[in-house]
Amino acid sequence: MTPFQTMRLLTHNFLSSGFLKNAPTGYPLKLNAIKIETKEADFDEKFIKNMIPKINYECLKSTALGIDSNVHLPDALPEDWESNEAFLKEVHRVLMCVEIVEGELQCPDTGRIFPIRDGIPNMLVQEEEKMDEQPE
Amino acid sequence: MATRRPEHSGPPELYYNEDEASRYASNSHIVAIQSEMAERAIELLALPEDKPSFLLDIGCGTGISGDAISATGHYFVGLDISMSMLRIASQDADETCNGDFIHSDMGQGVPFRPGTFDGAISISAIQWLCHANSSNQNPKKRLHHFFQTLYGCLGRGTRAVLQFYPENESQSDLIMAQAQRAGFNGGLVVDYPNSTKARKVYLVLMTGGIAQLPKALTGEEVEEEERTSVDVVGRRNFVTGNRREKKPSKGSKAWVEAKRLRQIKQGRDVRHESKYSGRKRKPKF
Repeated sequence: MTPFQTMRLLTHNFLSSGFLKNAPTGYPLKLNAIKIETKEADFDEKFIKNMIPKINYECLKSTALGIDSNVHLPDALPEDWESNEAFLKEVHRVLMCVEIVEGELQCPDTGRIFPIRDGIPNMLVQEEEKMDEQPE
Repeated sequence: MATRRPEHSGPPELYYNEDEASRYASNSHIVAIQSEMAERAIELLALPEDKPSFLLDIGCGTGISGDAISATGHYFVGLDISMSMLRIASQDADETCNGDFIHSDMGQGVPFRPGTFDGAISISAIQWLCHANSSNQNPKKRLHHFFQTLYGCLGRGTRAVLQFYPENESQSDLIMAQAQRAGFNGGLVVDYPNSTKARKVYLVLMTGGIAQLPKALTGEEVEEEERTSVDVVGRRNFVTGNRREKKPSKGSKAWVEAKRLRQIKQGRDVRHESKYSGRKRKPKF
């Protein structure tokens, strides 16, 4: 059986390894994709409009270009993004339709690698790797 | 649940192995209860209408709660520590599923950048955090770390609704104290508090601003059962009735009516009131 639901760039855009020791931000995680899939998803304009102010646009664009050369995103968020339907559709395609089945995520600060298998990233770490607790 | 607590038997990633996970996903009784609780949790989130939100599902298991989120038109990311559960979740997902799954331990923190989510739900998961499964795990620290990172990744003015089965009062006190330390406002909402079976405990946490806790369901929706996190529950539940007040004799009409009202409170289906209640049948019958 092949897994159906795998990690989308939407999720990647928010994942962070900031919980690691010596990782002040842990963002953005570098994505090395081995196997990607493209799927159809319904275009939900309201959701995309809700998410655009929250996503890190630079991270989205560079990650998307890294795995798929067929991305048509402008360098910066256009002023008229709310009414620019072509732009919204492209963001939707990149966020919701491109899925990573196999690959790995790498913490930008520590270089720690989190493998993605069957479309599910494994963010488990050893207790020692965790950020130290703040004193009580 | 009342008789056997799975969190006593070992760490969740070992307890929910492939057998247990597939048993869990195919048990229609579990699925029905879980999706009912998930729907209630989404209701308690009080999300803005006609705006699809991005939610976090902590301890998503086999994706039962995720289905409930997708059904309401929202999007989610599910976290779970059991890979077997996640595999089933990801394989069972169909076109209607609006979520991704991540293999992660909530006690190690929620791995997202600040302000990511419009809300978070968790169904029957956080009681697992109250148990240490290795010598370097401290439940209190893990709870604190969990709530701290959860607070961070939620947007301001959003809510987290965490349904759980508290084993005893000190456990729910511990959980609430850690949530408060992390900066959350809120408290417990107990649905059907008079019923042992239908009773469900939801920890409703709010980021920023003091807001009124939502009302709990009681079955008749008149009596309200609200608790703030500082209340001592045990002391409040005493019934100070008149002792001389006589109990209705068993079988009498008053006794039938009292029993009927009690069962309504417990959220059970009962017959309507009628002039025939408690009457004797005629001998010719």
